[in-house]
Amino acid sequence: MEYLIDIVLLGLLMITGFAIVRMRSLLAVAMLTSIYSLLSASLFVVLDAVDVALTEAAIGAGISTILLLAAVALTTDEEQAPRHTPLLPLIVVITTGAALIYGTVDMPHYGDPASPVHRHVAATYLHDTPGEIGVPNVVTSVLASYRGYDTLGEVTVIFTAGAGVLALLGYRTRRRNSRGPGNRKLVVLRVIAKLFFPLILLFALYIQFHGDYGPGGGFQAGVIFATGFILYALAFGLGNAQRVIPHRMLHIMMAVGVLIYASVGIESMLLGGKFLEYRVLAEDPVTGQHLGIMLIELGVGITVAAVMLIIYYGFVSQQRSGDM
Amino acid sequence: MNLVLDILSWVCLLGGAIFLLIGAIGVLRFPDFYTRLHAVSICDTLGAGLVLLGLMVQGGLSLVTVKLLLMFYFMIFTGPTAVHALAEAALQGKLKPLVNDRES
Repeated sequence: MEYLIDIVLLGLLMITGFAIVRMRSLLAVAMLTSIYSLLSASLFVVLDAVDVALTEAAIGAGISTILLLAAVALTTDEEQAPRHTPLLPLIVVITTGAALIYGTVDMPHYGDPASPVHRHVAATYLHDTPGEIGVPNVVTSVLASYRGYDTLGEVTVIFTAGAGVLALLGYRTRRRNSRGPGNRKLVVLRVIAKLFFPLILLFALYIQFHGDYGPGGGFQAGVIFATGFILYALAFGLGNAQRVIPHRMLHIMMAVGVLIYASVGIESMLLGGKFLEYRVLAEDPVTGQHLGIMLIELGVGITVAAVMLIIYYGFVSQQRSGDM
Repeated sequence: MNLVLDILSWVCLLGGAIFLLIGAIGVLRFPDFYTRLHAVSICDTLGAGLVLLGLMVQGGLSLVTVKLLLMFYFMIFTGPTAVHALAEAALQGKLKPLVNDRES
C-alpha cells in the first residue's frame, strides 16, 4: 500500500516537473511549483518526516508561492523564448543527471539499519535525548540543542538574505497610503481575512511553542506568522498592513531574532558553559535545555517572520499600483 | 456499535471520494472558467468536507477529532472564499461567462 502511495506521489512529482518545464506562463509556473512543494510535503509525511513536511508545506507551498507571484507581478508573466540552441544545456543536464543516478548506486538501501546515517551520531541522539534534554520531539532537540551551531548559521543565512533583499530592492515609500483595490468587491475576502487573521497568528504561536512536543518550531511558525500578515496586506492593502507592523520595526525584529539566539549562547558562556550549552542556564540541566531551546526557537521565529515580511513588502512596494 | 460507526465513516469517506472525482471530472470537462470554478468548489466543500467528517467518525472522541473539526472549519470558510475571489478576479479581468445564445 505504501509503495502505491509512493509511486503515485513520485509520478505526480515527475508530471509536475515536466509541466513546469513546458509551461511558458510564469504565473502558472509559480502555481505549479506550489503543487510540486505540496507533493514533496506529502512524500515527507509518508517517510515519517513530519517536521520537514510542515516546513515544506509552509515555506514551499505557502510563502514562496506568494513571493514568486509578487516577483512575477513586477516583471512579465510570460517566459521569453530561448535565444540559443538547447543543445549545450541538454548535454549538461543529461550528464549531471546520469552522474547523480550513478551516485545513487552506492547509496544504502532505504531503511537499511547498517547505513552510516543510522550508525553514526543519530543513534546517540535518539538514545540520549530523553535523559539529557527531555523533549519528546527528537528533531527539535537535534536542531536546537545538539546542532545549535548549524541552526544559528541557518538563521544568519536567512538574516543575510533579508538584508540582501533590502539592499537590492530597498523599500519605496509612497506618499499616498494605498487603501487596497476596489473597496466594495473585496467584502467577502475582507470579512474572511479578518476572521482568520487572529486564528493564523494563534496557529503560528501554537506551532512555535508546541515545537518541543510535536512537529514545528521557529522556522515554520515564523513563516505562518508572516503569512497571516500577508493575507491581511492582500485583503486590506499594504498601507493598512504597515500600520499594524511598520517596515522599520521589521528591520529591528530581523536583527533581534539573531541577537536573541546568539546572546543565549553568550549567556551560557558567561555562566561557565560552552557556547550554546543550555544546561547551565538553570539549576537543573534539563530545565536549562528547555529554556535554551524555547529562547532560540523564539529568536528563529522572529527573524524568519521579519525577513519574509521584508521580502514581501519589498516586492509589493515596487509595484506602481501597490496592490497585489 | 463499532460496526455502525465504521459503516458511517466509510459512507462519508466514499461519498467524499465520489464528490472529489466528480469535481475533477468537472474541471476537465466543463466548457469555461466559471463552470469549472463550480466544479472546484464541490471538491473543496463537499469532497474534502465529507472525507474529514468520515475521519472524525473514525477518530472518535479525541484530540484528533478536534483538530479535524478545526480543519473542517477552515475548509468550509476558505474554500468558497478562494473560489469567490477567483471568480471576482476573473470578472475584473473582463473574462466573459459563457452563456447559451440559442435561448435569447
